[in-house]
Amino acid sequence: MGLVVLAVLCTGALYTLAALGKSASVPANVGPFLLIILGLFGSAHAAVRILAPAADPTLLPLVAVLNGMGYVFIARLDPDLAGLQAVWTGLGVGAFVATLLVVRRVRDLERYRYSFALLGVGLLLMPLLPGVGRNIRGARLWVKLGTITFQPGELAKVALAIFFASYLVEKRELLAGATVAARGRAFGPIILAWGGSLLVMTAEKDLGSSLLFFALFISMLWMATGQGIYLGLGFGLFTAGAVFAYGAFSHVQVRVQTWIDPWSRADGQGYQLVQAAYAFGSGGFAGTGPGLGSPGKIPAATTDFIFAAIGEELGLLGTSAVLVMFVLIVGAGLRIALRAEQPFEKLLAAGLTVIIAVQTFVIIGGVTRVMPLTGVTLPFISYGGSSLVANYILLALLLRISHDTAERSWRSAGVADETVRSTV
Amino acid sequence: MDRQIRKVVIVLMVMFFILFAKLNDLQVVRADKLATAPGNTRAITRDFNRERGVIQTADGAIVAQSLPVDDEFERLRTYPEGALFAHISGYFSFTYGTEGVERTYNKDLAGRTAALSKPTDILSDRTRTGTVVLTLTKSLQQVAKDALGNRTGAVVALNPTDGAVLAMWSNPSFDPNPLAVHDQKAVQSSYTSLTADAGKPMLPRAFRRSYAPGSTFKVVTAAAALERRPELAMKAYPSLRQLDLPQTTTDLPNFGGSSCGGTLPDLLRVSCNTGFAQLGLDMGAESLAGEADDFGFNQKPPLDLPATATSTFPGVDTFRQDQPALAKSAIGQQDVAATPLQMALVAAGVGNGGVIMKPHVMAEVRDSEGGVVRTYQPEQWLKAMEPQNAAALRDMMITVVNNGTASRAAVPGVQVAAKTGTAQTVGDNSHAWLLAFAPAVQPTVAVAVIVESQPGLGDTVTGGRIAAPIAQAVLKAALGTP
Repeated sequence: MGLVVLAVLCTGALYTLAALGKSASVPANVGPFLLIILGLFGSAHAAVRILAPAADPTLLPLVAVLNGMGYVFIARLDPDLAGLQAVWTGLGVGAFVATLLVVRRVRDLERYRYSFALLGVGLLLMPLLPGVGRNIRGARLWVKLGTITFQPGELAKVALAIFFASYLVEKRELLAGATVAARGRAFGPIILAWGGSLLVMTAEKDLGSSLLFFALFISMLWMATGQGIYLGLGFGLFTAGAVFAYGAFSHVQVRVQTWIDPWSRADGQGYQLVQAAYAFGSGGFAGTGPGLGSPGKIPAATTDFIFAAIGEELGLLGTSAVLVMFVLIVGAGLRIALRAEQPFEKLLAAGLTVIIAVQTFVIIGGVTRVMPLTGVTLPFISYGGSSLVANYILLALLLRISHDTAERSWRSAGVADETVRSTV
Repeated sequence: MDRQIRKVVIVLMVMFFILFAKLNDLQVVRADKLATAPGNTRAITRDFNRERGVIQTADGAIVAQSLPVDDEFERLRTYPEGALFAHISGYFSFTYGTEGVERTYNKDLAGRTAALSKPTDILSDRTRTGTVVLTLTKSLQQVAKDALGNRTGAVVALNPTDGAVLAMWSNPSFDPNPLAVHDQKAVQSSYTSLTADAGKPMLPRAFRRSYAPGSTFKVVTAAAALERRPELAMKAYPSLRQLDLPQTTTDLPNFGGSSCGGTLPDLLRVSCNTGFAQLGLDMGAESLAGEADDFGFNQKPPLDLPATATSTFPGVDTFRQDQPALAKSAIGQQDVAATPLQMALVAAGVGNGGVIMKPHVMAEVRDSEGGVVRTYQPEQWLKAMEPQNAAALRDMMITVVNNGTASRAAVPGVQVAAKTGTAQTVGDNSHAWLLAFAPAVQPTVAVAVIVESQPGLGDTVTGGRIAAPIAQAVLKAALGTP
């Protein structure tokens, strides 16, 4: 609880500073603001204490800081979006609690693997359905149902991770088999996954997600089997896909050329990356101070480029802090995977962590020009309802696995439930 | 499986380390370069997003203020007086930067000077912007504007004792408001049409354009005689219609072909070209150029506005082979060029016993609560003359008003000292000049007036006819006489 309170105080302080920087006055609503986020994360914490008391205690506070920080920057950039983000945070925390409530044992999910596969693929392809699919900023990722627009792909990644984990755990003996025939069978799913991500890329123009899915599948396949050949195969297919995409699609060419040299296109395609570079440079070591920079100059500063906004106003100190928090989250996630006893839980925890890690790398790497820009959200920080809800569900699953493992080990060591509660 | 997961840990940590290294490159190694890159408008935006102080006249009129608006920049800079103070306040434009007081006192207006900050600011929501109070008054500026009317030219009025600019009007002027709006396309089109305007409305003629000073320069020539060759100041020059210039067949005529001569006071009273030209030849280039430099020619006046033009007097060497040029320079023709501000400073120097004070438009800077944080401290710029010589020249300039060419500058009840000028320009056009100060003894105001390119060369376009009434109106208003 202490860490959660600290996370809330950090967010409150940042919120106040940002408002001070922007308008030189302490926001009138800082009291209610603190109470609301305390209530929100406090109830999430209470849910963990009741539903998964033995789970890793650092993950939720870390996520709370990232979420709070993201909220502050969204509020500072676009107060209207901030209201929505607050609602989505509430829904995300709700989904988090609901997941902990419904999924009492993670291994129960194994039984529904094909349902999840269907769900994942369905969600992924949903934007292509005529009538509900929507094109926004050149990518067909959105689905509009009534008044709500969301990205089903975000939820699909969790569903697919569950499916991959259970499928690969069941088939891993076979896939790791010594015979060529056995390995040959593995090609089926790999080609399927590859084709799926190519489809996503071509039909929905979503480079980030297709890269994320493919990386997820290949890394899980490798973790399950330990066969280096799958990595080589995956890499080869990825290269082939990338070369094909570069040749076939002008938007991919633009992305790559802009990545290599945004400066000569500073007024056009490169504008966003150049503005991001200026933002990082103007931020320097310590930043301009929250509310005192002009990150509004960067297009999509609340979503894909929120990290550049943080870089401008909080400087290297702020961006490093964010990186460290993600490293801690990824570290905690993989520690959960290592400790988990059952292969399914192990693989699922690792897969979910890889999602967070790769997504973080892809977007931060894209914004800082380590790699070509592909639009994905920065987990827990960027504006985006579907992303937030999906990541909170992902977090709940990680905590559930963590709790199950710890509880089992304690139970086998003969420690009573009550003792566990008072020690954590 | 654990073995692979451990490898994944390593791979992911390496990936995050790459990001960290790249961030160090962006935010430390290349930070300054990126922060100051030409395309990076964040520094301008920083001042744009801040509150910005008011520019106001000495008599309380708001010249520039920032009003809250509902857009990206939150505040819009507005200039309630429009064109009247455009050349003084300048503008604060996102696309074209800053000009005028908006530029020179940017730090005060933005609240970035130490005097405006207090250590306790971090705990309070005090507004830290500074208000710049000008030495100019709206009332006198308006008089200058009305007196010049729609004629092209400039009026400069300053206080000889402390260098405070009391009025400084250049016509045509422009409305700075369209340059400060936030719609950059609209700003660009306004700016383009202003720069394309043949009348050059954005040019502050008063301090950024030089003209041939014509006969007003005879004040400097007279000062050179008094200061450097006193015997020439006593010499009686023959009465001539025209002067036969050395090294050439051309002659230098008097204005209107009249005949004149006598000692220095007589020469100045009627603005005698032949006498002053011969005086220039007699004293030599070194004396004349030296005195011009002492009055501030060939150096930038320390006015607290950007890009003040330097008035020029040719170097001594140029006259070695060209005596006619020296003769013409002595009457303010040829390559002599002076800004209206410079000629006002000449008048002020004579009136102030030979001492020229640094000209300035800022009177004081106040904080947002109205407390004065900085007051302009008057400083001497140059010492052009000894007091007794300045007094002698003053007396000659009094006769110019009482009994000479500047009778139209006379103010009832107050003795005015003045000098007219009519400088022939390209073709048959003349600039009409007048410089004056009043009261003649211990003056409180010095004025320079120029009216550009009056058609013709006759009696009707002289400084005495065209410029003197404008100066008179400004002097009257500044002195508070009816």
